[in-house]
Amino acid sequence: MPKIKVPKSAPSLDMTPMVDLAFLLVTFFMLTAKFRNMEPVEAEPPSATSEIQLPEKVMLVTVDKEGRVFFDISGKKIREYTLNHIRTRYPSMQLTQTQIDNFVNGGTFGQSIGNLPQYLSSDNDVKEIMDKQTKGIPVDSLDNQLNAWILDGYQGFLDDANELGLTEEDLKDKKNGLSYAIKADAETEYAKVKKVVDTFRDNQIYQFNMVTNLKGSDAPDAKVNGDQ
Amino acid sequence: MAEIVDGGGGGGKHGKKTAKKGSARIDMTPMVDLAFLLLTFFVLAATLSKPKAMEIVYPKEVEDKGPKTQVNKDLATTILLGEKENEVYYYKGFFKPDSTILELTDFSKDGIRKMLLERNRTIIQAVNDLKVRYNNKELSKEEYLDQMGDITGADDAPFVIVKTVEETKYKNVINAVDELEICNVRKRAIQDMAESEAIAVRQRSSELGL
Repeated sequence: MPKIKVPKSAPSLDMTPMVDLAFLLVTFFMLTAKFRNMEPVEAEPPSATSEIQLPEKVMLVTVDKEGRVFFDISGKKIREYTLNHIRTRYPSMQLTQTQIDNFVNGGTFGQSIGNLPQYLSSDNDVKEIMDKQTKGIPVDSLDNQLNAWILDGYQGFLDDANELGLTEEDLKDKKNGLSYAIKADAETEYAKVKKVVDTFRDNQIYQFNMVTNLKGSDAPDAKVNGDQ
Repeated sequence: MAEIVDGGGGGGKHGKKTAKKGSARIDMTPMVDLAFLLLTFFVLAATLSKPKAMEIVYPKEVEDKGPKTQVNKDLATTILLGEKENEVYYYKGFFKPDSTILELTDFSKDGIRKMLLERNRTIIQAVNDLKVRYNNKELSKEEYLDQMGDITGADDAPFVIVKTVEETKYKNVINAVDELEICNVRKRAIQDMAESEAIAVRQRSSELGL
């Protein structure tokens, strides 16, 4: 009778499928990852227990520690249309095609209309200096440029929605509608944030997403029983 | 660690050197390590980079100065946020410059939350019951949200006004609203502090040596 031979080598596992899967996932996450634009301003938002995620289509106003106001709106098409409206509003502002492209592909900015062209044609080093020196987008009642950006941002959003064939009904759905977010540094004076809020309120916008960091929560749910 | 397994291809059976016939296997462990490292990185980066947000609804117009509807003073609580970070006070009912005593509090577990939980006890109880029913699938989402709105917005539900001065730290405002959210206080507003209240805050702070 022939003996059954037990192989002596260590049991080895075929790892190929696992590696395939791992690389598939890596590729997936790499491709779906969106690189964030360099943010020109530091604003460390306060912590809260809220777990609502910031919506995709969003108009984001950032307020830093000193109360400087920065503006951002998501979506390249929306940005393009927004800028078109702004250019009609401020005909004195002359932009080249490169500057327009820079704006469309850019992110948060905090320049007044007067400084915007120069900012858009600068390279990163100069931009950094300008970001440090800027006083932000003016929000004083005399020359409230944030108001213009809010109005035209909304118009830009509507243009984009029209192009996509969304009806008014569709826009009521949160997924399609434009959300308004305010990201303020924890140490900012509330009056500075309120100025931004009031500018929005002048345009009949009352609901905001205040950007927060997720807090390592000690009690996410209030329980009466636990408190007795 | 995995081993390179020799395919068993004739390792010189006849004392002659022959090329290995079996497939060459490579130790894949380091590659797998790397793959999973990258995978972990991208998964974490993808989920962590999404910022969170807190929804705040501001009232439509500046509070009208006309005759206000009669509100029950037992239901009112006002949180006063002063200039400094630790100047967090509250009082119940209406403000009377002579008799109202501002209670010092903070945003710790035993601070303002304790008071709010106490004050909002019945509402929280009802909300928790509703949540249980919803989790047991007794209610549809619409019904749930509907009833939630009814409970938290009821006429006899306590309401809280957060009052700020110009210099109030934004952090404190968010903290206060967050506490209200935790305690299911949906009837709330953020307002500017009246001059008399601001004076009271300053007085109280100097009394307490803040």
